[in-house]
Amino acid sequence: MTMANGFPRARTAIVGAATFGIGRCPGVSAVDMAAKASLLALADAGLSLSQVDALYTSAPYEALGGLELAEYLGITPRVTDCNRTGGSAFEVYVQQAALALEAGLIDCALIAYGSNPASNPPPGVGMTRQSPWEAAYRPLAPISSYALAASRHMHLYGTTRDQLAEVAVAARQWAQLNPEAAVRDPLTVEDVLKARMVSDPLTARDCCLFNDGAAAVVMVRAERARDCAKAPIYVLGAAHAVTHREISSMPDLTVTGAALTGPQAFAQAAVTPAEIDVVMLYDAFTITPILFLEDLGFCPKGEGGRFVSGGGIAPGGALAVNTNGGGLSCVHPGMYGLFLLVEATRQLRGEAGARQVKDAKLGLAHGNGGVLSSQATVVLGTGDAI
Amino acid sequence: MIQPETEWRAHLADGRFMVQRRRSSGSHVFYPRVAEPGTGTEDLEWVEASGEGIVHAVTVVRKKDPADSYNVVLVDLAEGPRLMSKVDGVAPDEVTIGMPVRARILLEGGEPLLVFEPA
Repeated sequence: MTMANGFPRARTAIVGAATFGIGRCPGVSAVDMAAKASLLALADAGLSLSQVDALYTSAPYEALGGLELAEYLGITPRVTDCNRTGGSAFEVYVQQAALALEAGLIDCALIAYGSNPASNPPPGVGMTRQSPWEAAYRPLAPISSYALAASRHMHLYGTTRDQLAEVAVAARQWAQLNPEAAVRDPLTVEDVLKARMVSDPLTARDCCLFNDGAAAVVMVRAERARDCAKAPIYVLGAAHAVTHREISSMPDLTVTGAALTGPQAFAQAAVTPAEIDVVMLYDAFTITPILFLEDLGFCPKGEGGRFVSGGGIAPGGALAVNTNGGGLSCVHPGMYGLFLLVEATRQLRGEAGARQVKDAKLGLAHGNGGVLSSQATVVLGTGDAI
Repeated sequence: MIQPETEWRAHLADGRFMVQRRRSSGSHVFYPRVAEPGTGTEDLEWVEASGEGIVHAVTVVRKKDPADSYNVVLVDLAEGPRLMSKVDGVAPDEVTIGMPVRARILLEGGEPLLVFEPA
């Protein structure tokens, strides 16, 4: 049994992937949606609910969401995890599921999420509290934290508001190729700049959506994956790092934990950034893909703004980034990380229709949680890539 | 044992902006804790901060009425630690990264609040 840099490279695979209820999904609860996505992902894999023996889920308003979904589905998992690393939770689940599968502790992992805050507004109290060291200054949570990081990046590297806007425009152009994306009308750089300023330098169009959506993926060991309904998408690497909770404690506002997880995940996968065909980066705000492109090694530190300019990450650009339209134009129901994994899987399977990246063999999904606090990178590949 | 937040707020109510300092190394810690982050060292003592700082990052939260808009900053203290605050006594758009600032304690809604003003 070989472990590359602490990870069982290509020993496990995603064999089922699904989304459900993207945009508006009224009249149901979050757990209804998570269950529906779970069943779709299992059907996609050709597996049955009774085969699931590990459950990984983060519910939007229920701290004990793993227990809730196990009960709802009527399963008795040997591993149940409902971690609290924010939107990056799902990339962390892939890492944890791969290790538990490799160890033989479990045989079939279901990773699921559902949330419909647009149709079914949450009760007033969230699952996080405001920092006693920040609350009195009334930062808007979480946008002001990202705005502070953006201000620093602009100051140090000359990144411009136009370049931030390019990230939103590229996402919209990809969304226009994705029938499932929630927002598909045309968007220009000028539209982004002229939108209502919320927390300088970020306007309303620099912010991700807040809509409904559910997703699920199913993972099994590689030898079993070959018997599933679709071509396995192998997990080649998965790394996670937490650097802080609040933005005032971020060690360096322009360097995220992706600078740690990227090199680790690439080393596990034995690939380089230049080899990646599809790059899925958590785009809570337009600054985040710029930071992650730099920290993951797709461009040098400080060059992210210039990298995305002139349609660099739009359809037809130098690098295919956020091909589903991202959190900015497809879906962001509170935690977006699982949708990154589903889109990477669809691209590597060749199921992405008009937005398909030609001959995609290697994909990356990078999750972000908190306020640039938790970073998790997963590298995926087709059978040809391993 | 030390009660980090309670003691800090009591000092602030007395008109003193305190930070923690390691007796052995002289390095400073903010926000207050039971031990130094990274080392776990517990030889922390309260010392009065110089109050000098530099604006490290800034955002302006925009409200419908521009008069209600306000700045939120991260300030690098001369002692080393960084914290969130606001720069008082200046239009929000005039706060810039690199601006030297000095700490001041305001009463806001009856509660002491640590803010900064241009130095």
